[in-house]
Amino acid sequence: MTDTSNEPANVLEVHDLMIEARPHGAPPIPIVKGVSFDVKPGQVVALIGESGSGKTTISLAALGYTKPGLHFSGGEVLLQGEDMELVSDERKRQLRGENVAYLAQSAAATFNPALKIGEQVTESAVLHGAMTQEAATQRAEELYRALELPDPDRIGGRYPHQVSGGQLQRLMAAMALVSRPSLLVLDEPTTALDVTTQIEVLKAFKKVIQEEGSAAIYVTHDLAVVAQIADHIVVLYGGKVMEQGSAEQIVTNPQHSYTKRLMAAVRPSPVAGLGDSMAGDHLRDVPALEVRDVTAGYGKGADGKPLITVLRDVNVTIERGHVVGIIGESGCGKSTLARVMAGLLPASEGEVLLDGHALPPSVKERKREDLQLVQFVFQMADTALNPKQRIGDIIGRPLQFYHNVHGRELREEVRRILDLVELPAVFADRFPAELSGGQKQRVNLARALAARPEVLLCDEVTSALDTIVGANVIELLKNLRDKTGVSFVFISHDLSTVASFADEVVVLYAGRVVEKGPVDQVLSPPFHPYTRLLIASVPELRVGWLEETMQTREALAGIARGVTLTDVGCPFFDRCPVAIEGTCDKLTPPTREDQSGHGHYIECHREVVELGGAGATAPA
Amino acid sequence: MMWNMVLRRIGVGIVLLWVVSVLIFALTQILPGDAAQIRLGQQATPESLAALRKDLGLDKPWYIQYVTWIGNLITGDLGISNAGGATISSLIGNRIGNTVFMTAIVTLIAVPLSVVLGLLAAMYPGRLLDRIITSGTLGLIAVPDFFVAIFLILFLAVQLGLVPAVSYLSGTESFWKSIYVLALPIGTLVIVVSAQMIRMTRAGILNVMSSPYIEMAILKGVPRKRIILRHALFNAIGPIVNVIALNLAYLVSGVVVIETIFAYPGLAKLMVDGVQTRDIPLVQACGMIFCSTYVVLILIADIASIMSNPRLRHPK
Repeated sequence: MTDTSNEPANVLEVHDLMIEARPHGAPPIPIVKGVSFDVKPGQVVALIGESGSGKTTISLAALGYTKPGLHFSGGEVLLQGEDMELVSDERKRQLRGENVAYLAQSAAATFNPALKIGEQVTESAVLHGAMTQEAATQRAEELYRALELPDPDRIGGRYPHQVSGGQLQRLMAAMALVSRPSLLVLDEPTTALDVTTQIEVLKAFKKVIQEEGSAAIYVTHDLAVVAQIADHIVVLYGGKVMEQGSAEQIVTNPQHSYTKRLMAAVRPSPVAGLGDSMAGDHLRDVPALEVRDVTAGYGKGADGKPLITVLRDVNVTIERGHVVGIIGESGCGKSTLARVMAGLLPASEGEVLLDGHALPPSVKERKREDLQLVQFVFQMADTALNPKQRIGDIIGRPLQFYHNVHGRELREEVRRILDLVELPAVFADRFPAELSGGQKQRVNLARALAARPEVLLCDEVTSALDTIVGANVIELLKNLRDKTGVSFVFISHDLSTVASFADEVVVLYAGRVVEKGPVDQVLSPPFHPYTRLLIASVPELRVGWLEETMQTREALAGIARGVTLTDVGCPFFDRCPVAIEGTCDKLTPPTREDQSGHGHYIECHREVVELGGAGATAPA
Repeated sequence: MMWNMVLRRIGVGIVLLWVVSVLIFALTQILPGDAAQIRLGQQATPESLAALRKDLGLDKPWYIQYVTWIGNLITGDLGISNAGGATISSLIGNRIGNTVFMTAIVTLIAVPLSVVLGLLAAMYPGRLLDRIITSGTLGLIAVPDFFVAIFLILFLAVQLGLVPAVSYLSGTESFWKSIYVLALPIGTLVIVVSAQMIRMTRAGILNVMSSPYIEMAILKGVPRKRIILRHALFNAIGPIVNVIALNLAYLVSGVVVIETIFAYPGLAKLMVDGVQTRDIPLVQACGMIFCSTYVVLILIADIASIMSNPRLRHPK
């Protein structure tokens, strides 16, 4: 740049970058269409946009890397003055890891399962000759400390599967930072994490970026996260820059219509009164599905009990036509509960009732009508849909199987169902690979609806979708609920989504129901301390939220801890800011009902009043 | 966790061997005519047949016969050959050394060669070297082993006269002399078994090469050689050891054609001879040896892939 001021030279300058896909025997398809931006030393630049916006492709260009099938076709990417498109392979290798480092979305996939963490963290620095193995190991341990990883002296000697997801994510940051790169590229590093883990990882990232003084590119679709960490925001759509400016300006005063749309799709904080609760509408005497005193887990231990108990004494009632949201962190038993309902995992104790009659625990023993009435919608439409079958066949199969619909009638019905999920009828002849992620998820729903179920078990159906697409799917689910009267069990770790869609909420922690009730009651005081922590952890779309939140009592007590399954006492004991020593760790908490009379239950040793307002009494 | 799995696998191996022994025993029971009939021939009188049956224990119920047979087998008494009356242990003893020797030499050459060539091919997929290796091995898999053998005889022994065409060992040769005599069958077998192992090594590595942690290693600036040797190889070990085990088992039991062509007195040829002379005890014994080899080698391969899994080696 011809900047004559005294500002230090930019770490990265991207000028008019173009990248295209070159499929075999087809004209090239432009993916990135002339993108320019700069990264100054110490600055965090966020690239935001939905999937397909080219944000990951652009971020990888900073390392001179293109995914297989993609090629640079124009412009320049200057990393400290060197054009990453042109440098030799040897030089590129030298720059990677030393001057520029990459952090991927899923640390679980990015760590080699066969090598020790320490070797992988220090590998790059040692290979490039920047440090001796001893120096690199020492530096890694310093970083583990800075990133607040447990047991920093020994964590390097472990294998990736021996540490938790949030820890791996921070270990990946250590891996990137070991050789003190001038530029960090972070690709959706917190998207796959729970809210409570996300806070902790964000905080650690922000701290080390500041301490190390390195510049960073932060790729994400989550504006609320960006607001916490970025100095400068580049908004991308379809491989082009829509708008760029300071974080403050983009968040408080977006100019471009696309940025405004992105902002609108940001889920509001989970507060009471968001949903259009249907309570009462379809009510009948018998609930659609009821889970009574269910205990379930994996493995077979002695005396018929599971080896690892995941769910304990769970009671959930799904009223007809209601949406029951099930929330909690990963590992708390959400998916297990759905699998017990569907019979995929037979409960070891307790029973599942459909329309008031007990179902056999295992799906193998259930009658065809029972199977038809409870349908499962899996998280990953990609893996749930057979890639070799046309959409029409996928949706038609349950119609043939459960309802003996054939021929012209079948095609009519498939079209009707496609219409129901707001997809055009021509999709019946397409294959899943020809559809976008959101469309595939609609087909996934359509397949379940084709069985004409009474209860639809939706396991994280919007989690893999980006904000705008996910919001559309939620709209669709609302319409379906109103039109069909089907009951939904909606599993999500995303509180905001649950808040806007569910009639009732069940909060699971370590396999126990810690709080349940109508959505507005659960999301307003009195809170179970865990629910309070969850709500407090959802990022808000304003600069400075992260710092404020980290100071709250909930955050200090509860974040950065894993879920522990316990046989005695309250499982939340070790993370609870209001835990009572000697009681909470010894006795199973009682179930308390609040005064409202809406059926709002909290399982806690604290009195309802104590859990009431903002100022619950401090622990003794 | 890991030792549990290993023990269970060994248990399964033992059960499998038992099933195999029952099958082998049952097959020889189903065949028309019994040992006495075969030994005495068509003209035997009923009286002499009955006497011999009583002598051999063939008049007892089948399960008693089975228990006797399996008991003898376990204690190393493989019985007496129907043809000639020599003990089967001595017949097999003469041959097993030959088979083990050849298998060992071929293994020592073929396994490192295959892994190295497979790695080289995987290092630069689509480049010239890779194309030569992949198309070459594909061709060799398609060509039957006797064709390779005859081609080598024609070329190296007949035309160039470098090595002998017949591999007869008197048992007194020095090691290097033995290798020289066996050069052709060894060469043939190395070519035949390497082809598959090379392809499997290449495929196993390339499969791992598309995983995100390899992309991460590239983005860390790790050189390609180290990526393959340090990051990919260890994760691809399961399928590679399995195909190696299958090929080794083939070397012990499946090389009849090669042994016949080179007139090499190995175990496989012994079994075929046994079939021709309806020497049922010999066939049973060879069958058990071959099956045990398969079971044991696959067992070793399974244990190797269990051990190479860090999740099992280092539980949480």
